[in-house]
Amino acid sequence: MSKTKKQVLILLIVAVLIAVIPVFMLKGAEFGGSDDAGSVVVSDVTGTEYEAWATPVAEIYLGGEIPGELESLLFCIQTGIGVGIIAFFMGKFVERKKWTKEEKK
Amino acid sequence: MTIKEKRFVAIIAVFALCFGFTPIGNAMHIMEGYLPLNFCITWGIICIPFLIVGYLSIKKTLAVNPRTITILAMAGAYIFVISSLKIPSVTGSCSHMTGTGLGAILFGPAAVSILGIIVLLFQAILLAHGGLTSLGANTFSMAIAGPFVAYGIYILCKRIKINKHVSIFLAAAIGDLFTYCVTSFQLAIAFPSETGGIGASALKFLAVFAPTQVPLAIIEGILTVVIIIGLETYAKPELTDLGFFAGGVK
Repeated sequence: MSKTKKQVLILLIVAVLIAVIPVFMLKGAEFGGSDDAGSVVVSDVTGTEYEAWATPVAEIYLGGEIPGELESLLFCIQTGIGVGIIAFFMGKFVERKKWTKEEKK
Repeated sequence: MTIKEKRFVAIIAVFALCFGFTPIGNAMHIMEGYLPLNFCITWGIICIPFLIVGYLSIKKTLAVNPRTITILAMAGAYIFVISSLKIPSVTGSCSHMTGTGLGAILFGPAAVSILGIIVLLFQAILLAHGGLTSLGANTFSMAIAGPFVAYGIYILCKRIKINKHVSIFLAAAIGDLFTYCVTSFQLAIAFPSETGGIGASALKFLAVFAPTQVPLAIIEGILTVVIIIGLETYAKPELTDLGFFAGGVK
């Protein structure tokens, strides 16, 4: 394996470890979003419950919050499309490098 | 519009749509209706000059080097993936990263403001994440302040001749963290603490966001370096066009 490949591999392993270790360290933790925590602090700081003066557009036309399962579907679609675009162009670049090398020979 | 421009707009539109599908409930953006009206307007106005410069900068980059559009698409897709990954953190809650560092390093910070506002706009409309009323404030923190700091750190590290990959790591990680600092500050000036004023309030908001975000910022730094290594290896002509090897963004 080349030096760069090793470097990339190690970096990826470290990244995964940073994300995974808390899950095992904090067994039983909720792992909710810290968004709610934000609104709790708002009421904490001002001393009164803050009344949001506008409602999100999606909640107006859906008449409520987006269901959890749909949310995770949308979430997967987003990741999938993003990865697709990166993988497509990366694949193109990798092939191009291969071909230009062969032509030079 | 030329064909190139049309293509660019199409790609951006696709991104924007996809960005919209970020799940609700993750941290970072100020929620709809949570910022008083005068603050919404002020932040919105502050963003306008940055957006104009950003549009012109993207236009210029693509006019001079049309083939860098693929890299722009990848930088956009990168924000896309990164901001969809809700990652568990040491505090026992989840948050997501910004992914704006890569774009800032390659295309300059102004260009990212355009990518960012499209993302935020669609998130607000389609997903009840962030909000139309808080769009200005969110754009400023995620698409302007974060990228500018990331770019600043990158250039600074270059000046003092730090290893390129280390400087990219620092730029992406600190840019990510700074976004959250700005969000805390924005909330603090809108909701100053009764006893300690803006400062005490800012510390409180920061205490909520920062511990969760530190490990994520490190992950973002690492991933950005990995992507850059990949591009350096396989997309050398495009990066050369962008002036990446010559000494920063043009």
